[in-house]
Amino acid sequence: MSTPRRSSPLPLRSSGEQRHGDPRTTVRTLHSRPLVHDPRMQFGRTVTDLLDEDFSVALVYAEISGRFFGDAERRHPDRVVNVGIREQLLLNVGAGFALTGMRPVVHTFGTFLVERAFEQIKLGYAHQGVGGVLVGGGGSFDASASGRTHQAPGDVALIDTLPDVVIHAPGTAGETDEVLRRAVAVDGLHYVRIVEQTNRESFSGGGLHVVRRGSGGTIVVLGPVLDDVLAGTADRDVTVLYAHSVRPFDGATLRAVLATPDVVLVEPWLAGTSARVVSDALRDVPHRLLSLGTRRTELRHYGTPAEHQRAHGLDAGGIRRSVDSFLSA
Amino acid sequence: MDNISRLMTLMTGDEKHDPASYSTLDVLRVLYERVLDVSPETIDDPRRDRFLLSKGHGPTAYYAVLCDRGFFPESWLESWAAFDSPLGHHPDRNLIPGVEISSGSLGHGLPLAVGVALGLRAQGVDSRVVVLVGDAELDEGSNHEALELAAALGLDALTVVVVDNRSTSYVVPGRIAERFATEGWLVTTVDGRDHQELEKALSERGLGVPNAVVATVLDQEEAA
Repeated sequence: MSTPRRSSPLPLRSSGEQRHGDPRTTVRTLHSRPLVHDPRMQFGRTVTDLLDEDFSVALVYAEISGRFFGDAERRHPDRVVNVGIREQLLLNVGAGFALTGMRPVVHTFGTFLVERAFEQIKLGYAHQGVGGVLVGGGGSFDASASGRTHQAPGDVALIDTLPDVVIHAPGTAGETDEVLRRAVAVDGLHYVRIVEQTNRESFSGGGLHVVRRGSGGTIVVLGPVLDDVLAGTADRDVTVLYAHSVRPFDGATLRAVLATPDVVLVEPWLAGTSARVVSDALRDVPHRLLSLGTRRTELRHYGTPAEHQRAHGLDAGGIRRSVDSFLSA
Repeated sequence: MDNISRLMTLMTGDEKHDPASYSTLDVLRVLYERVLDVSPETIDDPRRDRFLLSKGHGPTAYYAVLCDRGFFPESWLESWAAFDSPLGHHPDRNLIPGVEISSGSLGHGLPLAVGVALGLRAQGVDSRVVVLVGDAELDEGSNHEALELAAALGLDALTVVVVDNRSTSYVVPGRIAERFATEGWLVTTVDGRDHQELEKALSERGLGVPNAVVATVLDQEEAA
């Protein structure tokens, strides 16, 4: 998981850049171009840089986001492969690259990446015992007007059924750059969930960050829903913890800062996805847990992502109502 | 009885897959004895030829051939599929030396082989990638995604050998070869019991196109 990746079995041509050591402490902050605001565009830039820097990196995609990969495809035609609209093949071609010792970055919309071809992840990576960096776009409701076919609120829960999968949900372009570099630099199976919603502030490093310290309950925020939580609880005496690393979950920090044993979990995908890891972290602490996230029932509405967020109770007002009701109970 | 037949008799308890196992026996022997450049000494050599058994069910012929070639000791065979045995009813690459992929669920080997061929090409390795599929396995649509892309990208390191024992429920004579040919593959149909024919077809490598060998096996009886 966080062990530095072994190099390719072949003496790959060096790019002149030394592979970094422990990725947790030496995340590279050099950017050949400045960060952009949009996480998906940032993904295109970062993966292009990584392809330039490291000849063992390959990018496999299935038409989606192709407009971000033009430079990379021209410069590295053997290591950038568009498989067409073939998602089963997408996952297995990535796994095939990994079987030859390379580090594949594999991308399409989350729903086609994780849900359509899930067995190709379970067997192609986990069962074969090889790694890869799966990058899913769209999340729960980026494609708010497109309907259920383009929405994957269950992606994190589903991929979390696999052993040792590392899951990232960056909340800014800066975090997107950081987690991609970290994921590519190490071994193992990683899922990076890239969406259009963003937080104002970037946090560096995995694990839970203490955003605000209070003496009441603790709110655990995963991914780009932090600003709504902060706005919805601004006048409440609560602790707010944030992480863009979803798995492994930093239970130690939660235990260390817990004041009253009331925990609210907020994640902008299927409600309850991370309840298991919170419960495990507090298994010897009598506690109450409220799990907020997208609801299981299909909305069958279109409109904007913000409207979907509100419909799931994940806007500032909805979070305030849920938190107040829970903490006053 | 030759050594491989003797080794196969050591494994009992998976009789429902006997036809599947015997159907692959001659192809496997020809590959390991005459075609592939891989041995127990080179299983970690990046330049070895890769053989991917996609049709993972009925692996007794595969295990017997690997054992005969020295990839693992004969003592493993008698306890196959026991709790602590490295040998299951489907092979696991993490447990058996020389096994390139873990298989069992159909329709994964050919797509993986396309990725392996691309990975080797990106690293400038000229090794061959041979993947064995069954005719009924081609029911799985994932294969068709792979055979289209392999031709589109000109993966001439790739050879697919289809062991055609007419086990699909909806047989259309000639369809398999036609399908590969339509996509631009080099296609040869051979008698899957004829070692000379198999050796010739499996040793061939297309120029800029992948190679498909349809090995027809209509008997289910004595082999080799």
